[in-house]
Amino acid sequence: MRSSWLALLSLATGLLLSGPASADNMKLLHSERSLYREVLVYETGGVRCICFTRFCRIGRQTCQDVKHPDRIVMNYPQMMLGSLFVKPEPKSVLIIGLGGGTIPRALHELVPQARIDVVEIDPAVVKVARRYFDLGDNSALNVIEADGRVQVKKALREQKSYDLIMLDAFDHEYIPEHLLTQEFLKEVRALLAPGGVLAANTFSSSRLYDHESVTYASVFPEFFNLKRDNRVIIAVNGPLPDAKQLQANSERFERAFDSFGISTSKLLPLFSRKQDWQRNARVLTDQYSPANLLNLGKN
Amino acid sequence: MQLILSYLIAGWSGFFVMAVELLGGRLLAPTFGSSIYVWGAIITVFMLALSIGYLAGGRLSMSAPSVRKLGLILIVAALTVLPLLLFAESLLDSVANAIPDPRFGSLVGATVLFFIPTVFSGMISPYAVRLIVPDRSSSGRHAGQLYFVSTFGSAAGTLLTSFYLVLIMEVNHILIALMSISGLIGGAACLVRGEANAQ
Repeated sequence: MRSSWLALLSLATGLLLSGPASADNMKLLHSERSLYREVLVYETGGVRCICFTRFCRIGRQTCQDVKHPDRIVMNYPQMMLGSLFVKPEPKSVLIIGLGGGTIPRALHELVPQARIDVVEIDPAVVKVARRYFDLGDNSALNVIEADGRVQVKKALREQKSYDLIMLDAFDHEYIPEHLLTQEFLKEVRALLAPGGVLAANTFSSSRLYDHESVTYASVFPEFFNLKRDNRVIIAVNGPLPDAKQLQANSERFERAFDSFGISTSKLLPLFSRKQDWQRNARVLTDQYSPANLLNLGKN
Repeated sequence: MQLILSYLIAGWSGFFVMAVELLGGRLLAPTFGSSIYVWGAIITVFMLALSIGYLAGGRLSMSAPSVRKLGLILIVAALTVLPLLLFAESLLDSVANAIPDPRFGSLVGATVLFFIPTVFSGMISPYAVRLIVPDRSSSGRHAGQLYFVSTFGSAAGTLLTSFYLVLIMEVNHILIALMSISGLIGGAACLVRGEANAQ
């Protein structure tokens, strides 16, 4: 009895000592409890990050180099922007999940002619992105505060269509399960113009990886599977471009990507078509969508 | 036998209500999202329906109460879940069309789908109290035992559904399983005869 109390006490002390605020000199710029989570803004070593958990090291959402706000410091936005190699001139873009606004800001510079709609469920995140990640009141970015799926259905009712849809609503902690089902992906596909592209940033590393893969494959028979720490899926409403086409498109962006600190030559080899998952895994549907429970399981 | 069945029906009904409530969140999510206000709408509808069910069940227990009728209520509550299986998606889509605001959309959607079955489920507990209480002096103790069984059932229904059932079964299959069990227990209660009704 006594020893378990001691163990608990030492555990608590350990947690306190390893907390982000005390462990290294991270400066907390902003903290608030929104309707959905905690929204924290930290700055350390000239890099500013928005986090949704106290333990910022695992839950970094978007980071920005304060002196060079154009440089993209994280891996996954670079891979997401790789979708331009597939669809180099999108006229209309829908981004689901704002975060710090890295992706919409970069897209606006890379393809200035595009109309960009961003859907973010949490008003607090919109506020923080405007205040700390100089999203400003950029009129080219149309920010809509709504649930991603509700907005997709609404856009379908209004008979809109998009050349590029980016799904960036997941993090390590939590996956909105209604955004990872076959029905949702069918709705997204219906919202894509012919030849339109879906780029999805996902976090599955556990056995959810297999379920997620077969779910995407059930709607998009072939897709590019880009993996580093994260996984980015790039799918097309139509046939995938061949390697030559990808290469040619990437060359158009070589200089522009360079100014963001992205090397197109490092990005290009990540475009893999290999189907490295269990194909007999169960497809996720609105009827069966325990994505977070599946993500608890180890691979 | 009558006593055991009354408790069993109350406990199972508690399980049933919470399982349906949690699955209700699943059914509404594709149309309205799974935000806190969607859960707020669902819980409001369930609480309101239960409160009216309590009134109705208490009133119904005034005239010739029997465990057979209690079983019948359980079966009716299960049958009124049937529209969820058949029309949930099209109903919710038309609600979303008519009411763009997801707060009031989910409130109306939850009312259409869950109000009636939950009213019937709410009738169970007061009706069962009438069946198990033998005299006035022990009425509080018996009511307490019934609340215990019914709310314990609710806790079990909540935990099993959210931790395990959604991991192994589709939403509609869980609903069918719940309805079948209600049918079995209710059917058993309907077969009870000969025993005198409660005083």
